[in-house]
Amino acid sequence: MGYRDHVSTFGAVDDTPLVVSSRFGEPEGHTLEGYRTTGSYAGYAALEAVLQLAPSQVLSQVRDATLLGRGGAGFPAGVKWGFLPPDVQPRYIVVNGDESEPGTYKDRLLMERDPHQLIEGALICAYAVGAAQVFLYVRGEMAHAQERIAAALNEAYEANLVGRNIAGTDFSVDIVMAWGAGAYIVGEETALIESLEGERGMPRLKPPFFPAAKGLYMAPTIVNNVETLSNLPWLFNHGVDKYLSCGTDTSPATRLIALSGHVKRPGVYEVPQGTTTFRDLFYGEDYGGGIRSDAELKMFIPGGGSAPWFYPEQLDLPLEAKPVGAAGSMLGSGAVVVMDETTDAVEACLRLVRFYARESCGKCTPCREGTTWLERILGRILDGYGRPEDLGLLEDVGHNISPGPYPNAAWEDQSLPSVPFPPKQTTICPLGPSAVAPVTSALRRFRPEFEALIAGAEVADG
Amino acid sequence: MSRLNPENEALAREIIARYPRPKSAIIPLCHLVQEEHGHLTDEGMAHVAELVGVTPAQVQGTASFYEMFKRHETGRYVLGVCTNISCLLLGGVDLLKQAEERLGIRAGSTTADGRITLEDTECLAACTDAPMCQVNSRYFVKLSPEDFDELLDDLVSGAIDDVVPPHGTLGRVRQHIPADRVANIGPPETQVAPQWFTRREAELAPADSGGDS
Amino acid sequence: MAESPPVEEVRVELGRQRPSLTRFAAEDPKPIEITDPVEITVDGRTMTVQNGDLLIDAVERHGVYIPRFCYHPRMEPVGMCRMCLVEIEGPRGTALAPACMNRVAADQVVHTQSAAALDAQDGVIEYLLINHPLDCPVCDKGGECPLQDQSIAYGPGESRFVEEKRHYTKPIPISETVYLDRERCILCDRCTRFADQVAGDPLITFTNRGNNTQIATFPETPFASYFSGNTVQICPVGALTAKPYRFKARPWDLEEVESTCTSCSVGCRITAQSSRDALLRFQGVDSDPVNWGWLCDRGRFGFEANANDRIEAPLVRRDGELEQVRWSEAYGAAEVAIANALEDGPDTVAVLGGSRLTNEAAYAWAKLAKGVWGTDHTDAQLGDGLPASIALGLPAATIDDVCRPGGTVLYVGPDPREELPVLYLRLRHAVLADRVKLINLSAAAGSLDELAAVNVRAETGTVGRMVAELLAEGAEASGAASDVEVARALLATDGPLSVVVGRRSPAEGAGPLADAVSAVRQARPEARFLTALRRGNVRGALELGLAPGVLPGRMSLDGGRAWFSEHWHTVPAAPGLGAVDILAAAADGRIRTLVLLGADPIGDAVGAPWAAEALERATTISLATHHSASTLASDVVLPVLAHAEMGGSTTNLEGRVTGLGRRVTGPGTARADWVIAAELSARLGTDLGLTSVAGIQDEMEHAVPTFSGADLRGLDDQGRQDGVLLPLSSEAELAAAGMPERLVFQAPEPTVVPSVSSYSFRLVLKRRLYDPGTMLGAMPSSVSLAPEPAARLNPADFGQLGIADGAMVGVRSPSGEVHAPAHADEAVPRGDLVLEGLLPEALALVPAKLPLTEVRLESTVWVGPAAAAEADQSTLGDVSQAEARAAGVPTPPMGTPRATDRDGSGPSPAGDEAPGGQSDGEA
Ligand SMILES: Cc1cc2nc3c(=O)[nH]c(=O)nc-3n(C[C@H](O)[C@H](O)[C@H](O)COP(=O)(O)O)c2cc1C
Ligand code: SF4
Ligand code: FES
Repeated sequence: MGYRDHVSTFGAVDDTPLVVSSRFGEPEGHTLEGYRTTGSYAGYAALEAVLQLAPSQVLSQVRDATLLGRGGAGFPAGVKWGFLPPDVQPRYIVVNGDESEPGTYKDRLLMERDPHQLIEGALICAYAVGAAQVFLYVRGEMAHAQERIAAALNEAYEANLVGRNIAGTDFSVDIVMAWGAGAYIVGEETALIESLEGERGMPRLKPPFFPAAKGLYMAPTIVNNVETLSNLPWLFNHGVDKYLSCGTDTSPATRLIALSGHVKRPGVYEVPQGTTTFRDLFYGEDYGGGIRSDAELKMFIPGGGSAPWFYPEQLDLPLEAKPVGAAGSMLGSGAVVVMDETTDAVEACLRLVRFYARESCGKCTPCREGTTWLERILGRILDGYGRPEDLGLLEDVGHNISPGPYPNAAWEDQSLPSVPFPPKQTTICPLGPSAVAPVTSALRRFRPEFEALIAGAEVADG
Repeated sequence: MSRLNPENEALAREIIARYPRPKSAIIPLCHLVQEEHGHLTDEGMAHVAELVGVTPAQVQGTASFYEMFKRHETGRYVLGVCTNISCLLLGGVDLLKQAEERLGIRAGSTTADGRITLEDTECLAACTDAPMCQVNSRYFVKLSPEDFDELLDDLVSGAIDDVVPPHGTLGRVRQHIPADRVANIGPPETQVAPQWFTRREAELAPADSGGDS
Repeated sequence: MAESPPVEEVRVELGRQRPSLTRFAAEDPKPIEITDPVEITVDGRTMTVQNGDLLIDAVERHGVYIPRFCYHPRMEPVGMCRMCLVEIEGPRGTALAPACMNRVAADQVVHTQSAAALDAQDGVIEYLLINHPLDCPVCDKGGECPLQDQSIAYGPGESRFVEEKRHYTKPIPISETVYLDRERCILCDRCTRFADQVAGDPLITFTNRGNNTQIATFPETPFASYFSGNTVQICPVGALTAKPYRFKARPWDLEEVESTCTSCSVGCRITAQSSRDALLRFQGVDSDPVNWGWLCDRGRFGFEANANDRIEAPLVRRDGELEQVRWSEAYGAAEVAIANALEDGPDTVAVLGGSRLTNEAAYAWAKLAKGVWGTDHTDAQLGDGLPASIALGLPAATIDDVCRPGGTVLYVGPDPREELPVLYLRLRHAVLADRVKLINLSAAAGSLDELAAVNVRAETGTVGRMVAELLAEGAEASGAASDVEVARALLATDGPLSVVVGRRSPAEGAGPLADAVSAVRQARPEARFLTALRRGNVRGALELGLAPGVLPGRMSLDGGRAWFSEHWHTVPAAPGLGAVDILAAAADGRIRTLVLLGADPIGDAVGAPWAAEALERATTISLATHHSASTLASDVVLPVLAHAEMGGSTTNLEGRVTGLGRRVTGPGTARADWVIAAELSARLGTDLGLTSVAGIQDEMEHAVPTFSGADLRGLDDQGRQDGVLLPLSSEAELAAAGMPERLVFQAPEPTVVPSVSSYSFRLVLKRRLYDPGTMLGAMPSSVSLAPEPAARLNPADFGQLGIADGAMVGVRSPSGEVHAPAHADEAVPRGDLVLEGLLPEALALVPAKLPLTEVRLESTVWVGPAAAAEADQSTLGDVSQAEARAAGVPTPPMGTPRATDRDGSGPSPAGDEAPGGQSDGEA
């Protein structure tokens, strides 16, 4: 097998309803024909059903289904849609396909393998809120996803499924694909809006610029993640009750988890939320299948690079926002990164910090200057030039970005209660604090590793 | 001249027309310039500025924010090896070293023959397929050192030219909206509540549950 | 290290004070009226504030200063420096929030001094300093730097940053006048926001990202904004510096006085700063009714003219040459000239100019000319302005009135960005932020086009008719129907209507404008007017009687005769002549002595091609700061003090009187203009009764009804620096006090606009900010900014010329001729010819007293038999031209065009020193 032929691994436990991933294995699932004829429901049937309902009915069903946002914050979509001020027009929908959080891989699959599912989801959302236009923002680097989405939109326009008088009714809405050009921060919803306006992707302060009130072109705007909207066709095919029958009350149905790092079977898995634990995920035969080389688990990131780290003592937490938040981290974007005992905590920490330093938009002083400073101190320590006072400095620089006690599961090891997520911040958006997460996580739990490097440096010096 | 050629200019106008405000088209238009010229030229930026009605400085301000826009010439291939956390754990850094040794350059530079630019990139959303790399905008995943050697061979020899279009080319399928299918695209100030929305709400909402949105 | 306890104390003592920018240029919160009061608690204190006001401003109004870098009270907040973080109590505990983005609401509880807030602020300072070069000792900003001031609070601790700082090439020029040092930049977005939001010139932007973010221009595209200097002033560090001030002084050596810019009639408030008796800098002062802290670059860098090329001693012409003499000799010569003339009656003397004077000097000269000599031949305008009855006799609108949110503005005037730059900024803000609807009737494409709700192109000469059509009920309008219809609809709405009226182009007479005003008065009697006169204190000069037929206090000669008979020695018997006629009378000998008050009729007069002849023939006494064509043609030249060298007051286009500050001594033996009036008067045997500025002010308040109660001496008092609007008393109050009536605009006979022959073009002269002039010539930083000459025609007209783009054409009228490269321009209506970059030379084309200027074009290449026949008669023919014609080469073969004479490299066609003076041969 040559380098050209490797493909992604994905899957699910047998009895999990495949809400969003049912066409991942269908070679033609990305075409209109494939969408209509394969997978766990017939494509565009939900739209027809939805068109029989009043927009407000659609909205209340979404609210009843407790469809949680899958982009990171986990906010219920139905509640968000309800925030749109009545009678203010135009309104826009922006689909966030800028997936770039370290460890996250699911939106790209959804866009490449089931673009019509996303389009149908976006149409249902547009119908529910009365949107003038939908923008589907695909990450710049994802050329294949762009091709698939463009092709699907072309098909859908041709088939009267998007645009003027959809399916012969009066319902009309345009969906336009936009594409980025490489900037992680553009995944943040207000930065995404700036980028869509042709600006530098620098986040806006919330308040006052909550997208639902003042979003794209200062008009009310709904920003939803690709996976969030991809839930809608299944939801309206199978109904709210069916949707709620999987997972827990507060975290119903399934979500896609990108399981990467030191497991035997890394892959993208559709898992029931709330009832699955991290242990199931890492060790379950249908999921990770255990730690690579049967080594010991050292730590794991439960929700993307921005999330504070977890350790073996958190293995039995369920994939549910509340308990994970209370333990001091977040489920974030559904990216779980497993690190075994061979992992160098300082190096892992530096690599994550470097990412945030590189990706800081530069708007807030603490993030622009602080993240780079953190990166440089860590780099120096790793290169053997660390000083004992650097550890306090790291904490202090971090503290100036996220002041106050930092949520950190490492405390549990020291028998201290963890502070709930999210932390306080001196910055506009959470990117700055994201760089603090690995620093605090590594430093609290693996301080000796830092000290050893510094001691080595001193030995070399002396 | 490194502006857009007439064909791409026509495409640019089509793209601009899809947005409520022309300025929104800056990023897609800069991609067109990069696709045509391999990198984002000054003349190209000035042309984009003309097309969307802003100053060239504004186009530059926007474009320079984004990693993918290269304002200097690159190789035909930009080879980006991911070294972010998931790839780091599974040998991404080793792949990068392998590439540096094989190509004889450091990440961030271009081979003497101008064919290959090597980069150390951030997470590309293929974490479960680590380690991985991207050549221009094509993904190659789950790379063993042997796979990667093979890839480097093909890059050097050009055997991969048919698979990977030159730097700057993204999706080769483009969105086209047939003129008669456009629902309603225009500047926000000219937009009113969609008729279908008000009408359907009035006609379809059951008397007791309506208006709770 | 910062952990030692003393730092904690220093912080509170020093750190939270307002950084001293300069006393006057401080960025105070913009004034508001509390209409919706709410109570908030700040550091335990209860305050009543305006609901929805920004927290940072609301608390500052109560004396609590929150440190900041990016926030500027005249721009949209961005909240990016994070210096202003405070703690706000919310339902889920306290959160850190930027005070500059947070709007106050009832019962908010805020902590500006809590440990968390102070920690956050100190963190920001530390971050800002880690990459800052700390080169304060060699930085212009050192001593007035908010970053420096606020980092003192961070304590003496050495930096904990041991890594290498960010490095960039040291200062790079981003325009002719502004340098950028990216190492010092703290990325506050102030300059870039200013360029984009305020000036509308987004030529500098952030580039790159994160820690590599920097400010940059586009390659080969400098930050060429008329307002670039403001970015230097608002930069909170020394990243942006201005060439004219770089390394000139340290702030602690500067002494300053608040004053008013007199470069144009907007009257922006400034602080004039000097060191060792040299004027070094003007900074904008935030005057709420006027300039909001902004200045244009011509005004800002105008201080350079104070020091350069000044006339330092009196001159008298002897044997044809101007020779330096003592004041007594110069006075002697002036005295003889005036006395001789006066022997034949007052009508033999005329006084031209006055818009450069202070109010006090204007009064002194009006009193001397009208009240002592008895001549009414006085005119502060040079054929380029509006009749006094328009400037003074209409219901007045202030700038604030014009910019009132939601209002409608009919704009019939010059391009404000070119002539009244800061008025342009105010209009821009009004349209973009305050929903003001602008109906633009400019003569040529200009800066208002993109702001206007509708642009109605009214051909030169037809503006009166067009305004009447726009306002007429149900009339069928001519012109581009749709624009006209939109304008009519806008004007038909009920809201308040303001009219800005000024000369749209010097090539269009004042008559059509008077007709426009009449039309508005008739259709919308409640409309208010702002007269867009151009020159510094022209309004003050008119208010104080330096116009024919007018007496100080907006009175007509007859109306005020009785009143002034009591205060003055005499009052002129009958209305005198205006500038154009004065010059004509001087040219044919009826006026024998001309006094020029800072005026340069040879260079500047409009519609008086005989100006040079007039100065040649009459005995001319010039009061001037700098030489001009007219001083060089004068017989006596008296050096006078300039702005910042003398005290007094000035009046802006609204009729707002503000104080002028004195900061430096004048050059040589220069004297104040009013002193010269008093001394000349005394030598001629009459005591003018004016011995000090304060004395004149007292007399003005007493004798000039519109100034009564103005308390001119107290204009510098705290709280009065924004000035007083004239008149202070209502018409009824003045009448009750027994004062005579004020001038009222009376609709004149409609102007008859001649039709233009089909071979001719209607000329539009577009002034540009950097058109060469006396003052600009003395401003080294700005001379190179002179605009490129261009003749613009509608593409259809251009096509008929059969010449290449940029080919030289001759533009000829009966009175003069200029040459310029021709360009096709969609924005020019058919039949119009827009000339720009050619002032003042092109003024020679304008005939006397006609409502419009008709010109012919002569291309110098062969374009066909008819054109060849035309060209043969051209005055431009010479041998090389004939060769070019034969060869069909589209190059300009007619000798060096005048335009290139500016840099002194080309031969001067008429051999005269002065621009524009060569044209009279054609008349
Ligand atoms: C730094 C940062 C990066 C983010 N990146 C992404 C992203 O790549 N994709 C995404 O869907 N949401 C991302 N988000 C979350 C979005 O701001 C937003 O909450 C989300 O798109 C809302 O969609 P949802 O409610 O459907 O989850 C990011 C947020 C932050 C602060
Ligand atoms: S926290 Fe960082 S990325 Fe977020 S807005 Fe501020 S500078 Fe930009
Ligand atoms: S002044 Fe408020 S963030 Fe800069």
